[in-house]
Amino acid sequence: MGALISFIAVIILTLLAYGGVKSANMQAIFGIVLPYAAIMTFLIGVSYRVIKWAKSPVPYRITTTCGQQKTLPWIKQNKIENPSDAMGVTVRMILEVLLFRSLFRNTRSELQDGKLLHGSSKWLWLGGIAFHAAFFTVLFRHLRLFTEPMLLPLHLVETLDGFMQIGAPRLLMSGVVLLGAAMFLLLRRFLIPQVRYISLPADYFPLFLIIGIAVTGIMMRYVTKTDIVSVKELTMGLISLKPKIHQGVGAIFYIHLFLVSVLFAYFPFSKLVHMTGVFLSPTRNLANNGREVRHINPWNYKVKARTYEEYEDEFREKMKSANIPVEKE
Amino acid sequence: MPPKLPKPEELANVNYKPPKKWWQKGTAEIKEGFWCFGSRPKYLQAVDMPNPREWKPTDEDWKLPDNWREIFLEGMAERLQKYRSFHLFMDICVRCGACADKCHFYLGTGDPKNMPVLRAELLRSVYRKYFTPSGKLLGKIAGARELTPDVLKEIWTYAFQCTECRRCSVFCPYGIDTAEITIIARELLNLLGLNTDWIMGPVANSYRTGNHLGLEPHTIKSNIDFMLDDIETVTGIKVEPSFNRKGAEILFVTPSGDLFGEPGIYTCMGYLMLFHELGLDYTWSTMAAEGGNFGFFTSNDMAKKLAYKIYSEAKRLKVKWILGGECGHMWRVWNQYFDTWHGPADFLEAPVSPITGTRFENAKGSKLVHIAEFTSDLIRHKKLSLDPTRNDHLQVTFHDSCNTARGMGIFEEPRYIINNTCNHFYEMPENTIREKTFCCGSGSGLNAGENMEQRMRGGFPRANAVQYVKERHGVNMLANICAIDRATLKPLMDYWVPGVNVAGVHELLGNALIMKGEKERVIDLRGEPLPGKEGA
Ligand code: HEM
Ligand code: SF4
Ligand code: SF4
Repeated sequence: MGALISFIAVIILTLLAYGGVKSANMQAIFGIVLPYAAIMTFLIGVSYRVIKWAKSPVPYRITTTCGQQKTLPWIKQNKIENPSDAMGVTVRMILEVLLFRSLFRNTRSELQDGKLLHGSSKWLWLGGIAFHAAFFTVLFRHLRLFTEPMLLPLHLVETLDGFMQIGAPRLLMSGVVLLGAAMFLLLRRFLIPQVRYISLPADYFPLFLIIGIAVTGIMMRYVTKTDIVSVKELTMGLISLKPKIHQGVGAIFYIHLFLVSVLFAYFPFSKLVHMTGVFLSPTRNLANNGREVRHINPWNYKVKARTYEEYEDEFREKMKSANIPVEKE
Repeated sequence: MPPKLPKPEELANVNYKPPKKWWQKGTAEIKEGFWCFGSRPKYLQAVDMPNPREWKPTDEDWKLPDNWREIFLEGMAERLQKYRSFHLFMDICVRCGACADKCHFYLGTGDPKNMPVLRAELLRSVYRKYFTPSGKLLGKIAGARELTPDVLKEIWTYAFQCTECRRCSVFCPYGIDTAEITIIARELLNLLGLNTDWIMGPVANSYRTGNHLGLEPHTIKSNIDFMLDDIETVTGIKVEPSFNRKGAEILFVTPSGDLFGEPGIYTCMGYLMLFHELGLDYTWSTMAAEGGNFGFFTSNDMAKKLAYKIYSEAKRLKVKWILGGECGHMWRVWNQYFDTWHGPADFLEAPVSPITGTRFENAKGSKLVHIAEFTSDLIRHKKLSLDPTRNDHLQVTFHDSCNTARGMGIFEEPRYIINNTCNHFYEMPENTIREKTFCCGSGSGLNAGENMEQRMRGGFPRANAVQYVKERHGVNMLANICAIDRATLKPLMDYWVPGVNVAGVHELLGNALIMKGEKERVIDLRGEPLPGKEGA
């Protein structure tokens, strides 16, 4: 159900762009207005989300400890999985963000003849890493459309990316991997019953969207051979704030651009904000040193609890007869 | 009468296939053996918590206050602003499912709502409806749900089917801690007077007497006196601890579970013998005779109130620092909340072991030292004479408690003590210990009687790992450093892995400890013959 709704939504979006450009000549809308609007929505939206999170304080030091704590000098601390200082936290966060450390831990539990087996399971980690690495590589490579002359690292990435040397234009791996990994993540959602059960339309939608983006992108490069010079004039126009529409750019380009615009605009309203959220996660970005350094809760307040005096008043006689010292005889 | 418990063979046959019906349409089904009684009004009244009334979870009408929805939603809005964790965790889950089969309740029941992600979604769907633009606009398509009485019941059911063990948060790529969500969900439910009797009873007791069991000062003393008699029988040594003594160097605080009932008392005997042997200058407080904190299972405010007595007693008795006994959630609270609530503890001194001179650097702020840290330091410095052969009849394995594992990270210290007091120690499989340890299934106040099926199911993954080492190495003793474990693992073992006993680490120490001037030991702390001394 959820998948179908999302799939239809992406198809409608595609047709919208196609129709808009082909029959209504709305190139200016799809090529200029919507991309600007999407970028603005993205920037303002994401900043708004981050500021809102950051406004909620972190009252307690609730690190999830995944290794030996700092303790006696002869016991080896796991400084990364159970950090006690900023250095450890930094390394922990880098591993989380770049290598998906926690996902790497993943296990799969199976019940066989009344016995539970917990084996290692790296597929989600692999798919996730491939997906994100490819996504960011593709995103980065697109900078060539927005810089003149092209930045040096762009050449480097492109050379690496094209190492397979298949066909002309050379096959760039990142696009293919992005498509493949997105398909894998989608198939997971279809095929693993538990994952299917928890999936919402909001889980399928970005995947279909990204698959759509990847497919149109790959088509432009290898199938329809879009006029890259005209495209670059358009993109350079956009980035230099002097946008101009060029004839001769095919409809498929506008579909691609529109889907990207939708992705950017959708970003702040969706789970995709995990990109920024992960950095703020208190179970990961805090040192486990609550006994060493006092953590301050900005809304801390004094509680009214039972005092010793009240306690002794209630139990004084019993305490005295049991020879327990009291304050007031 | 608690509902009848099915046979282990039946329970072990878990069906993980999700039902056809989509969860968002589901209503709260409150299954026999899976719920605890609602709190009696007197307990709520005793600690001034709102909406006390007689109610039963299986009643159609929960007698909610008229404006219950506003109370709940306003409570949510307040907590979104107070806790970044809660706010963030409501927003960033991608429903990747990595946490799904990490929860012992899911593994033991196959109920998809026991997957951490869905447990959180029950509340998250309400969050979307009232707090996000997409949820307000798109409703169901965005995964948003109205807060109806049935949805409330569902949230209640599954908030009290989570032991706040944090295993899910180890595996989540963003560290989403479903325990944190459960903690807040329970706070919201408490605003409506919806807590369980098994939790609120100890809370009310702890407020009045200082401990969950409601032991009054003279009873604490007499309970310990009984243990002293037993120690004398075993060792011939008369141990004389002090109570509420001013000017002692150390205040010792342990969960009250160690003062009452087996096998907790054996652990307590271990502490008493150790401190006597060291000639430690320490005292008990009859008011701060509870390190555990069931308030933590109701609300942050209540937890803080119940924790108050510890520093205030330390101050009144003018001790230098505080030593804490073996307990799980007590140490989560002491390690991650305590100093923030009631610090700075500038009336105490940075803790130094009077025996070895070791400074406990990691505790220099809060001045709270874990007994496993204290004891392993003693052993390392060769301050104790130990005879591990006295534990030779034991094939020991160690259960890491959830809270000390994932809210502290105390892994090596207890193992070091066990390795020095026992000759036969075997680890359970790698994915079931340390930070990946499985819960006893009864933590966070779920250790009642009426929900026994839930407990046995929740403890299934733990028991299964014990069974593995039992079959392989003949393990017959499950050691731990948690009072709740000592109370809950025994019935769990009796149900799933009969023949395995449960002991605190300091009970093993007490048995191995060679005390100055002791008589030849022929029985252990439980009064059973030592290996090789059967005829004696
Ligand atoms: C522009 C930045 C990012 C984008 C566009 C993005 C996009 C996505 C998308 C669409 C999914 C969903 C896959 C699915 O539904 O199956 C996803 C999942 C995920 N993302 Fe990201 N992400 C970004 C950054 C990050 C970062 C910085 C991390 C680092 C922690 C991360 C970690 C993950 C993980 C672990 C998953 C789970 C895989 C899954 O759901 O199957 N993402 N991301
Ligand atoms: S592992 Fe984390 S992100 Fe994935 S479904 Fe569970 S809570 Fe959500
Ligand atoms: S905290 Fe523990 S009991 Fe609760 S959902 Fe996570 S794994 Fe399950």
